[in-house]
Amino acid sequence: MRRQLREDVPPLTGATSLGIAEARRRLIADMAGIVVSSGAFGIVFGLAAERAGYSIAEAVAMSTIVFAGASQFAAVGLVAAATPWPAIVLLTGFLNARHLLYSAALAPWLRRVPRLERAAMAYVLTDEAFALSLAHFRRLGRVDVGGYWIAAIGSTFIPWNVATVVGFLVGGSIGAPERFGIDVVFPAAMAGLSVGLIAGRREIVAVAAAIVVALVVAVAWDPHAAIVIGGLVGPLIGLALVSAERPG
Amino acid sequence: MNGGLIGLAILMGAVTYPWRALPLLAPGVERLPPLVLAYLRLVGPAVLAALAAVNTVVVTDASGRASLHFGIVLPAVVLCVAIVAWRRNLFLGLLAGVGLAALSRAVGLA
Repeated sequence: MRRQLREDVPPLTGATSLGIAEARRRLIADMAGIVVSSGAFGIVFGLAAERAGYSIAEAVAMSTIVFAGASQFAAVGLVAAATPWPAIVLLTGFLNARHLLYSAALAPWLRRVPRLERAAMAYVLTDEAFALSLAHFRRLGRVDVGGYWIAAIGSTFIPWNVATVVGFLVGGSIGAPERFGIDVVFPAAMAGLSVGLIAGRREIVAVAAAIVVALVVAVAWDPHAAIVIGGLVGPLIGLALVSAERPG
Repeated sequence: MNGGLIGLAILMGAVTYPWRALPLLAPGVERLPPLVLAYLRLVGPAVLAALAAVNTVVVTDASGRASLHFGIVLPAVVLCVAIVAWRRNLFLGLLAGVGLAALSRAVGLA
């Protein structure tokens, strides 16, 4: 089974010789821009929450308990519009459904990690944690639990929560993040990390198909559903159109 | 508001956590057929690309209607991707992308 998995989850382009220290150094380098992005949007969330009438405890509770930016921003607007809680909770479940794909993609890597630790790891699984840790595992050619925690806690959990407090308290005195190009960081980081995970034609086809499907669904129906549907359908097209390749 | 939204945060967290945890905690991951594992290997780059694409060119108006918008974010992301593909350095790519967007806005091009 191990051999099967290793063939099925090939490392990122010739990087298997990396030692853990070097791989973690690259991980931390990859994290740098994402920390800035998480911090900037955390500040914006803190400010938005303050203006919507949240107390600081409520803003912090959102960032520590929900810990999912898009649904937190949506909730700010919905709370301000006096939307009933069940509708907000339902929308939250819908917005965060993509995490199911992240969890499923990481599951084969983390299968030997104790169940309790996996349960804790799931709590901090975000777009950023997924992207960084998967790229890190592929560079190493194996799982690195410490690396996962570094990616999840260091890139997002701490910056997002600290920035929520900062934004709540002093966000009004900080200029719009767009002025500094900070709005580019998140999509660019996700795109860059996606490119780093491409190891063959199958991935290229899956990525291209996912982009096309996602954009069509976003315009025709819903941008959040588009991410999930693109992420589900793209790999199917990759598998259907490209026969199996030998890794490396 | 006076703490009432903490209850909402708990409910929102309660519907989010299962998405994050269920596949990680489900038994039998080791017994998945190779085709399913091959599929899961493709999910990572595909869902990140979809996320990036939607966040790059899709804008939603006040009524919630989405449309495509090709602003400065698109060339900035493309520049980042090109540098990552060339140099395998995400931070360098992000610096270039952010720099392009910030500079374009500063000089009024975007």
